[in-house]
Amino acid sequence: MSLDWMAWTFPTAVFFISIVVILAAMTIWQVLWPSMERRGFLPITTTPGDRLFIGLLGSAYIHLAWIGLTGLTLWIAFGLAILWLVVVMIWG
Amino acid sequence: MEKWASNKAWFLVLPVFVIVAFSAILPLMTVVNYSVQDIFGPGQSVFVGTEFFKQVLADSRLHEALLRQFLFSALVLLIEIPLGVLIALAMPRKGVWVSACLVTLALPLLIPWNVIGTIWIIFTRPDIGLLGSTINHLGLAFDHTASPMDAWVTVMLMEVWHWTPLVVLLAYAGLRSIPEAYYQAAKIDGASSWAIFRYIQLPKMRGVLTIAVLLRFMDSFLIYAEPFVLTGGGPGNATTFLSIYLVKIALGQFDLGPAAAFSIIYFLIILLFSFIFYQALQNVGKGGRS
Amino acid sequence: MKIRKRTFGLALYCGLLMLPIYWMLNMSLRTNADILGHFAFYPKDATLMNYINIFTDKAWYSGYINSIIYVSINTLISLATALPAAYAFSRYRFLGDKHMFFWLLTNRMAPAAVFALPFFQLYSTVALIDTHIAVALAHCLFNVPLAVWILEGFMSGIPREIDETAFIDGYGFPRFFVTIFIPLIRAGVGVTAFFCFMFSWVELLFARTLTTTNAKPIAATMTRTVSATGLDWGLLAAAGVLTIVPGALVIWFVRNHLAKGFALGRV
Repeated sequence: MSLDWMAWTFPTAVFFISIVVILAAMTIWQVLWPSMERRGFLPITTTPGDRLFIGLLGSAYIHLAWIGLTGLTLWIAFGLAILWLVVVMIWG
Repeated sequence: MEKWASNKAWFLVLPVFVIVAFSAILPLMTVVNYSVQDIFGPGQSVFVGTEFFKQVLADSRLHEALLRQFLFSALVLLIEIPLGVLIALAMPRKGVWVSACLVTLALPLLIPWNVIGTIWIIFTRPDIGLLGSTINHLGLAFDHTASPMDAWVTVMLMEVWHWTPLVVLLAYAGLRSIPEAYYQAAKIDGASSWAIFRYIQLPKMRGVLTIAVLLRFMDSFLIYAEPFVLTGGGPGNATTFLSIYLVKIALGQFDLGPAAAFSIIYFLIILLFSFIFYQALQNVGKGGRS
Repeated sequence: MKIRKRTFGLALYCGLLMLPIYWMLNMSLRTNADILGHFAFYPKDATLMNYINIFTDKAWYSGYINSIIYVSINTLISLATALPAAYAFSRYRFLGDKHMFFWLLTNRMAPAAVFALPFFQLYSTVALIDTHIAVALAHCLFNVPLAVWILEGFMSGIPREIDETAFIDGYGFPRFFVTIFIPLIRAGVGVTAFFCFMFSWVELLFARTLTTTNAKPIAATMTRTVSATGLDWGLLAAAGVLTIVPGALVIWFVRNHLAKGFALGRV
């Protein structure tokens, strides 16, 4: 069984591994210390899992907006996305 | 009705997870991989980073297709959901006619999508089609291969014809879940039919309407085969919806990288809107019930 | 008076719904020269030539069987896996349940056109290309989530006291599920099977990508006929009519089931 056709590159591998690690970490966290739904600045009640999803989706849009609207390095967008993710996770 | 809390329920979900993940995860990863490199042939590729995303985001024809797509999906939802609910309300609640109605309604849904396009070509052609020649006989010029407006009308008609029955079926199922006693109580209170609709029928249809809105949004946003067969995206680019444009890039020009970047953006758009709809419809229901 | 207006509206709608299909049927019973020659609301010299042309071609007949095989396999797999999962979603709260549910739904959102190539590669890797099972599995991507969603609705309508009583009476889960619970939502299973059948039958892109000859679906056979014959409207219409027939048969046979399922009304 060969998976050459998947055309892996180093950056995308890192990307997917980090996603898997984040999901695994979230699962372990929630198994050990389950947390309840609560209401932050977002208009809906959320669990940490919901906030992670919103954070990641938002990050994707931040990156796209950065690529589409500016010509600057993507690392700034990456920084902004991390900031957004942290803000949503803590106060969302 | 508090649900039982048990993580053992995961074992029941596992088969579904495995079977969907098998088809979902590796192809999705592959598309992400395609999007960051220029592939010339097996094993020959150059890493280009976000170049394709930049190229796709700056593509003015993509912007047009996206606007067209939003307009189309918005019209689809605005027409099909109210029309479907209205027809569901008119359906008989029992008797022999129920089966007859269900069979008639389900028929358009059971036609393969490319055949839907064929049916509408035959139906709307100015020379041999019933609709096309009737309109021309009325003295109005109608040709969906020449006029962008006519093409739009034809595609919308086809879409409404094809998919409204799904909304009707779902809404009807929701209506049937209302016990007869509710209607009798409303009758005693002298409630108007609008009040019955607003306070009894609509809240009961929340669940099925969530399904209907989400399904119709997703499927209309991804619409491909029917307009492709009917108009081929023309005249000009008048009915080139996102999927048609995507296929033009992916297969027509064989630009796999940009096409992959494009489909990731496409997916993210649908994901965002579906999430918003899903949350909104869930929360509207909560407000209505309390 | 009001009731009559409603019925009239409904009848009008159903009539309009049938009109394009009737028109195709009309075309399929006429020769191409007749169609292009003059306009007629019904076939004056009805001919079965178009159908005979199609049925003397073996590609057609096998296309039918292929479609029916993979659609059936898909419906079976979808139901078998979705039933327990829907039970879990309707009865239990567990870690990540809502996220799992939403993730399942996201699988309907991927634009199939670009996923066709990786799909082809994936199924080549596991040596399933051009088999019925490949198409059935690929269609699970959008049918299984839908089946779970619909079944969950039906199951939530069954009071949980029934489960509790059965467990107290000493039923194990598998026996309870198969002998008591599934019969209770029989009509719901029927409705779900109908939706799975429907979405698998009408899908073309995956079915065409994953097959070459042995499992080629009927709708793909039709596109081939179209390109081969150019603009023979009669033949095209006859081909179209033939792709509707199996769906129409299925809906006819399950109509009472469907009506009963909708009467339960918990989609």
